[in-house]
Amino acid sequence: MLRQLEGSRAVAEAVGLCRPEVVCAYPISPQTHIIEGIGALVKSGQLEQCEFINVESEFAAMSVCIGASAAGARAYTATASQGLLYMMEAVYNASGLGLPVVMTLANRAIGAPINIWNDHSDAMAVRDAGWVQLFAETNQEAVDLHVQAFRLAEELSIPVMVCMDGFILTHAVEAVEMPTQTQVDAFVPPYEPRQVLDPAEPVSIGAMVGPEAFEEVRYLAHVKQLQALERIPEIASAFSAAFGRPSGGLLRGYRTEDAEVVVVALGSVLGTIKDAVDDLRRAGARVGVVGIGSFRPFPSAALRAELGRARTVVVVEKALAPGAGGILARDVTMAAAGLDAEVRTVVAGLGGRPITKASLVAVLEEAGRGGLESLHFLDLDHGLVERELARMARRRRSGPAAENILRDIGVVSAGAT
Amino acid sequence: MFQVRIHGRGGQGVVTAAELLSVAAFRDGHYAQAFPSFGSERTGAPVVAFCRIDAGPIRTREPIAEPDGLIVQDATLLHQVDLFRGVGPEALVLINSSRGVEELGLADLPALRRRGGVLTVPATELAREHTGRPFPNAVLLGGFAALSGVVSIDAVVLAIRDRFAGEVAEGNAAAARRAFAFVADEAAESAGARPAAAAAPAPGDGSGLEVSTRAATA
Amino acid sequence: MALHPVKFYQTGSFAVGNRLLPVRYRTVQSEPGRTNSLNSGHRACQGCGEALGARYALDAAMRAANGKMIAVNATGCLEVFSTPYPETSWRVPWLHSLFANAPSVATGVAAAMRAKGRHDVRVVAQAGDGGTVDIGFACLSGMFERNDDVLFLCYDNQGYMNTGVQRSSATPPAARTATTEAVGPEPGNPFGQGKDMARLAVAHGIPYVATATVAELHDLEYKVHKAMSFHGARYLHVLVPCPLGWQAASGDTIRLARLAKETGIFPVYEAEHGELTSVSRIRRPRPVEDYLRLQGRYRHLFAGDGRPDVVARLQAMADANIRRYGLVGDPEGDEAGGAG
Repeated sequence: MLRQLEGSRAVAEAVGLCRPEVVCAYPISPQTHIIEGIGALVKSGQLEQCEFINVESEFAAMSVCIGASAAGARAYTATASQGLLYMMEAVYNASGLGLPVVMTLANRAIGAPINIWNDHSDAMAVRDAGWVQLFAETNQEAVDLHVQAFRLAEELSIPVMVCMDGFILTHAVEAVEMPTQTQVDAFVPPYEPRQVLDPAEPVSIGAMVGPEAFEEVRYLAHVKQLQALERIPEIASAFSAAFGRPSGGLLRGYRTEDAEVVVVALGSVLGTIKDAVDDLRRAGARVGVVGIGSFRPFPSAALRAELGRARTVVVVEKALAPGAGGILARDVTMAAAGLDAEVRTVVAGLGGRPITKASLVAVLEEAGRGGLESLHFLDLDHGLVERELARMARRRRSGPAAENILRDIGVVSAGAT
Repeated sequence: MFQVRIHGRGGQGVVTAAELLSVAAFRDGHYAQAFPSFGSERTGAPVVAFCRIDAGPIRTREPIAEPDGLIVQDATLLHQVDLFRGVGPEALVLINSSRGVEELGLADLPALRRRGGVLTVPATELAREHTGRPFPNAVLLGGFAALSGVVSIDAVVLAIRDRFAGEVAEGNAAAARRAFAFVADEAAESAGARPAAAAAPAPGDGSGLEVSTRAATA
Repeated sequence: MALHPVKFYQTGSFAVGNRLLPVRYRTVQSEPGRTNSLNSGHRACQGCGEALGARYALDAAMRAANGKMIAVNATGCLEVFSTPYPETSWRVPWLHSLFANAPSVATGVAAAMRAKGRHDVRVVAQAGDGGTVDIGFACLSGMFERNDDVLFLCYDNQGYMNTGVQRSSATPPAARTATTEAVGPEPGNPFGQGKDMARLAVAHGIPYVATATVAELHDLEYKVHKAMSFHGARYLHVLVPCPLGWQAASGDTIRLARLAKETGIFPVYEAEHGELTSVSRIRRPRPVEDYLRLQGRYRHLFAGDGRPDVVARLQAMADANIRRYGLVGDPEGDEAGGAG
């Protein structure tokens, strides 16, 4: 049924439809509405046979999921940013143990400085943990990806995180076609664990593995991700057939067929980018955009094919590796190796800085002219930066940089930006 | 596409207003996207929320820099915060106040150049009268429906009933209808003619939304 | 000849309590049909108190759970020596996740059982003092507060032994560890308030808390069995001497555990819902020096002129425990449960 509702609420209901057996989480902006939604479903009795546990930290949340999943229960949690970092040890532990936990990551910037707004630094921080990382472009896709996630996770015994942009998607109210219980039951069968803590058949899970076998165990984790590379598009196809709409998959191209400039990006910014692409196309530029749906495993081959004969690839990413440059851009560069294209990195939207169509159009026009530098920071206020550098050069005790810059901006603007 | 920006203070239901507006538009058969602009949550701090309404799917996610419609829930923001940034001469502005536009010191506003472009409505008073509480958010939407025609008052009432229950819902719905009538009259007076029926498409007829900022009286 | 009532209790390593007891009073360990939850072949040190305690505790728990129990283990000595790749000495379903999260993982296992309607399956979590009192504390406190249905066993050897004997918040004052060396004007671990985990557990008001040592194994089994008769959060703090870390003779493990109790250094008691319910009295109080002298980690208190001032402080702490818990009193008064 088509409903106009908040993204978090839609995801909460979608997760509920997947019949989780243990849900636990620790509140953190901007994930709170998701967890509150599921909590209400359990407490009211709408979601049965589900234990909803309020834990004392994100580390505890993922740990509870680990215990529950190892004991054969379908387990779910959600977090963002600092919370993800706090559970980092357990995040690696879950994938290392091969437990099919599903988690919503409401993408939010990592501090310091503390920032509650959206960017992808949190997802990037765990990109090597062995989890599958799927990115939603819209709230509809966020809903759909959770349904696909449980199926993928349990088939392969690998944890899956569904990334959705914090505030931009979680707190946006838009139309979503909510699946029915019957549809979801048909798509996500009951959990059949590969390994389980069972008094009738005792096993030891989590032993130490030394140099004799560690490499092989880790290689198998890589193999599992490669299997996911196969299964993700298959599951997306099956979803499309069952639910009647395209959703998920490794990546999706938009107007890339004859594009000279191809943009690559993750998440909700793709919407704004598509508007920019349409504007540029109307003006005669041959531009297209590829939305990456699965960031891990990274769809190198599929991306290569989609890039076609583009001259310039512009990676617009909401993340930064200080001292190195782009993060998504690195994966794209590897995938594009050997192609005639040059890859440009545009770091944008850090800490929730709005990404406007106007700025995108300007930067893509520049890219089309061949004038875009290899690493570009969208809408960076160079003046602010220069003034702080000058302050630092003038005296040793220049003070906290962030506070200096905020003071430089003046009273925090209270109106629309 | 019609883009609305709503200003208020924390605790006044600004975010809910944007959400209700989007639900009303949905009920009318349009696509709608509502989202807040976040600052630290604090009662009394200035808050902004956005709502886009269109005939087709809305892809963009950027904040609304050039609104077609502006709703100001708290007049004390008027000379404190840059409410009117990006508000062009064609924009429609509705301000929650029992005073008139001139009294509020807004004579220089470009949007005022067009008659009926900037109107006020005593939404807080109407809310207090009908619900006993001073929350103007839903009430203002009734006024905005009259001013812009971008949603129907019936859809606004449906959205209110979706979100609230019992007396709160009915009180808000009644106040919203009062605001609708008030603004419709005000708009008619400033245009010097009787208003036509609200130009918004009937619920569910799926007709395209005019990308027009003309009010019901145009 | 007059008949005198005689009580048997364990002394040194003589298993007096089993051979001369009626069958129903014997330990679970004496039964051929015991689970052997922690089977032989593990790699614990000679004289390891933790291996002894874990073996007794888990088999007792399995007996109480009718063989339907899942064990969660924190990182530490027990986890490491019991699962030397590619072997495991566990005969029960066993999960090791991380160092700090055994309580939370156990919460998850218990929740899974509840969600699946498996009310017959019990959950036990175990960790050393590090994984309980330090890095595991937040998770443990959360588990207590939620009253999750988990029996948590802390094997306290008073330091991070597995990584080379570093100090934990359970390390007693003046004890030498690798990070509190016996050098300088204040040799060994500094004097502080300590962190009385059992008392903190009692303060959480959970259904059952008890302390025990590996010197009184009947008592340990009894307390595990008693704990399993409750549902909700339960905590057992077991003192397990570590010959390596305490620098004691491997044959002194049980002797040291007994002395810890009999000096008053380690009070042995039970509590329910925040109230003390029973105390195991000290039969023959011993001066702390008898206990300290057996351990190399206190050697610096007796070398040369020694540190009688420090020994006196330790004695005062022990005496305070005796007063607080009423550990010395009427021998006819209540005993800790269990035979002997």
